[in-house]
Amino acid sequence: MQPSDSRKTPLTFDTIEPGSGLAAALAKSRADIIGEVSASNLKGRGGAGFPTGTKWNLAAAARVHGEAAKYVICNADEGEPGTFKDRVLLTAYADLVFEGMTIAARAIGATRGLLYLRGEYVYLRPHLEAVLDRRRKAGQLGADILGTPGFEFDIEIRMGAGAYVCGEETALIESLEGHRGEPRNRPPFPVNTGFMGQPTVVNNVETLASVTAIFAKGAAWFRGIGTEKSSGFKLFSVSGDCDAPGVYEFPLGITIAELLERVGGTGAKAVQVGGASGQAVPASQFGRRIAFEDLATGGSIIVFGPGRDMLHVAKNFMEFFVEESCGQCTPCRAGNAKLLEGIERLERGACSSAYLNELVRLCETMQVASKCGLGQSSPNAFLSIVTNFQDEILGRTPADR
Amino acid sequence: MSGEVKAGQDTSRAPSSQRIQQVAAPPDVLQMIGGQITVTIDGTDVKVPMGTTVLEAARQIGIRIPTLCHHPDLCVAGVCRICVVEVEGQRTLQAACAYPITGSLKVKTHTRKVRQARRHILDLLLSTHYGECYSCKRNNNCELQSLAKEYGVDFYRFGHVTESQYPKDESSYSVIRDMDKCILCRRCVRTCIDVQEVGTLEAVGRSNRTRISTFLDKPLAGVVCINCGQCINRCPTGALHANDTSDEVWRAIDDPTKHVVIQTAPSPRAGIGECFGCEPGTPLTFQLNTALRLCGFDKVFDTNFSADLTIIEEGTELLGRLYRALVKQEPAAFPQFTSCSPGWVKYLEHFYPEYIPNLSSAKSPQQMFGAVIKTYYAKTHNIDPKDIVTVALMPCSAKKFECNRPEMAGSGFKDVDYGLTTRELAQMIMEAGIHLPDMPKSGFDDPFGDRTGSGVIFGATGGVMEAALRTVLELVTGRKVEKLFEHANIVPVRGFDGVRYVELPITQVADEVPALIRHVIPTFEFLKGATLKLAVAHGTANAHKVLEDIKAGGKLSECHFIEFMACPGGCIGGGGQPIPTSPEIRAARARAIYAEDMESDVRKSHENPAVARLYSEFFTDGPCGHLAHELLHTHYTARGKHIG
Repeated sequence: MQPSDSRKTPLTFDTIEPGSGLAAALAKSRADIIGEVSASNLKGRGGAGFPTGTKWNLAAAARVHGEAAKYVICNADEGEPGTFKDRVLLTAYADLVFEGMTIAARAIGATRGLLYLRGEYVYLRPHLEAVLDRRRKAGQLGADILGTPGFEFDIEIRMGAGAYVCGEETALIESLEGHRGEPRNRPPFPVNTGFMGQPTVVNNVETLASVTAIFAKGAAWFRGIGTEKSSGFKLFSVSGDCDAPGVYEFPLGITIAELLERVGGTGAKAVQVGGASGQAVPASQFGRRIAFEDLATGGSIIVFGPGRDMLHVAKNFMEFFVEESCGQCTPCRAGNAKLLEGIERLERGACSSAYLNELVRLCETMQVASKCGLGQSSPNAFLSIVTNFQDEILGRTPADR
Repeated sequence: MSGEVKAGQDTSRAPSSQRIQQVAAPPDVLQMIGGQITVTIDGTDVKVPMGTTVLEAARQIGIRIPTLCHHPDLCVAGVCRICVVEVEGQRTLQAACAYPITGSLKVKTHTRKVRQARRHILDLLLSTHYGECYSCKRNNNCELQSLAKEYGVDFYRFGHVTESQYPKDESSYSVIRDMDKCILCRRCVRTCIDVQEVGTLEAVGRSNRTRISTFLDKPLAGVVCINCGQCINRCPTGALHANDTSDEVWRAIDDPTKHVVIQTAPSPRAGIGECFGCEPGTPLTFQLNTALRLCGFDKVFDTNFSADLTIIEEGTELLGRLYRALVKQEPAAFPQFTSCSPGWVKYLEHFYPEYIPNLSSAKSPQQMFGAVIKTYYAKTHNIDPKDIVTVALMPCSAKKFECNRPEMAGSGFKDVDYGLTTRELAQMIMEAGIHLPDMPKSGFDDPFGDRTGSGVIFGATGGVMEAALRTVLELVTGRKVEKLFEHANIVPVRGFDGVRYVELPITQVADEVPALIRHVIPTFEFLKGATLKLAVAHGTANAHKVLEDIKAGGKLSECHFIEFMACPGGCIGGGGQPIPTSPEIRAARARAIYAEDMESDVRKSHENPAVARLYSEFFTDGPCGHLAHELLHTHYTARGKHIG
């Protein structure tokens, strides 16, 4: 097990001394901790890009229902196709992740943390438990953490069972509570009514590790990296038709062309930014930036070389969503199946342009009417391929299959 | 009223995605705005309490937003998405049924985006909905069909399944599942888990393989199901319906060698008008008699008669238990539970078999009547019981299971041959070309034509308790019950609260025990100064609460007598009643029942002359006597939760 091998660039996280971030945070008041995170302009690294400071602020202000407490949950259900950077973080930088959780707990007043680990990463569990044990012994978890009176917090690892939708934070919470992994209605949001109905912060692995880095090096340092709206550095899981697939760190705002240069993917026909739920960007748009204000991503970059059949690419993604929709809401449950059916018609050359236009409108419906992010983003790949590669996918005959 | 089911509803077993939402807001904001928020919907302002959903707010100002998964009895699901609306400032459309108003909002309910989304959602639902409307039980009473019309669906935009995808589950005597018609709104799941806390149905599989199923996909007859049919009442389509035996009934009517008698229960009479376009709560009791004779039934009897009989048997049983326990110091199971609701009985057999001794051994009115018809009536009218077909019009799907219980044949003949729901009988009447509300009125047939108001109120939650009390209090105290309660209306046991607890002190007792029951209880003296403790529960989620309290030795464990009805609202909300159902509809039906009680000349079971005649002529060893035990009482089966 040497996933660190997949690191292709030096990571900033290598330079963060475990413990330094937590110590710096604990020297601050709760309000100042949140202030620091807000000042860093850190946005959620899972892909949605919600400002972390805002999320913490809401959870800190939320009232606890009854006698229970608030929760911090680390979303380690890394399931987006083409994403594998959280695995690297959990393997080589678990301390930074747990430290980020501890800082979050301090900020919002949580006493319990849960790390929801992707089912396929079960092999990491002994390692993570060992790290937790070490941290408990070092006084970094448990009662009066690092001598801070009254600050009690501990972390438990819970396993996912392989459902993609459980990466959606409310489905993740449902799963943690022992129910079918199905997204909840929002509002109320987890910051008010989360795990067991209590105020809960759910953050991605990389977000939490970045928090630790921010406290070790300062919000100003972090803000100095990246663009105005997308501060900091970001890990990218690069796969597909390139010379050196692997995990890269780049500042946010990097263009696709620059990225392809670094990974040995020049000459690509398209790049899928954001995994299956992201979009296929054609070569003509390689000047676009990977940043929240342009192409947002949780870090998945899939390079498609000139020989790739984009209809086949779309089919592959739609097959994934037809498999992974939770089946709860109509647009996603039935819509994805209809899109896949449409692709199969295109393959046979049996999809009229009128019907294709209808499917494009169905994509719009799915984007706005689905209950959660899965259904809202599942048509993205289909839409971008239909829009950007129309010549390639139209006019096929059964013989082309 | 609107909190009827929710008041008794514990959603802890349901996914929290489907629970009632907690809306948190800083208290100062609430005070600032007095808890009221003004929202603008389609340009009209409406002031609503904090936490009101967009759907509720829109309805207040008469704006219709279509719904499918939403139901007034159930918690929010937000899964069908047909109710999506545009909320200013939101990137996506929002489900109106699930969106709580916590701040000022501007909502638009029929923009292009909204109309397109709704149309697509309908088209997607129709694309997987197999079956033709004209061969469906819910034709003209289907929410999907109505919406298709409302949104002008005139072709299948995304295709249409042309072959059945699921086998029909026809294993149950009570509920048939036709998953080809299911649109996955999960109302049945929420009903079964939240309202009834039975949990027979759940969504299994995911994506477009999601389906509603039972434990290990077993047929309904092979899993824990109490047959209450509440799922049927809330299904928007024809995916769930009762096991219809009207063809068999027609066949019996057509057979000249058969003497076909029907008994009608009070709740269907208060509900059946809805099938003919009447307002809920339009009683058609006497019009129905005429219609049934026109349909070809040989005799039309009133279940009220056997309800009165049940009160005598069950009341005597209660007094007997009290006497055994308090005077003779013999073991007797308390509290005594009523046994007229077959859904409740099966619930207890599955979930609390250890409390079977508490169930009254008295059969339900339906079964008692059947037994009396095939014995006393057959004898006095000189008809061979094998030629008699007894039909029961019931508001209930569980009655179908009950009449097929093997133990329900004490006479050697099946007490009741067929149980028909209100919906099925309405269908038969329509098929006979009869418009029920136009029928002239006519009375019930003798020898069971005498009826009391006590029998009528059996249909509403608290009714069996009230009927029992009218008789027991009067017999025990020797005073007219009208002297104790105005118009003999025992109001404390009425209402729709999920669980109701009442104490009635007995300050004086009659000097003499009526001859009819003296063999069971020679004196009332021991009851003087005692306090009768009673409770009423409806909906099995509330039954669950009561039984857990009893188990824990709580207040309810000290009760003497508890009335349970499986369905919310009692029989008026039964699983065989017209669709739709809502707290308002059930309240209207209840009003019809209590009005019929008030209009009755005789309102106490023990004053029913036909019942007295039955005991003097047939059950000569009295209530709970030997023959009564053979014909009017039964036994139960400890089923548990694991069945083959």
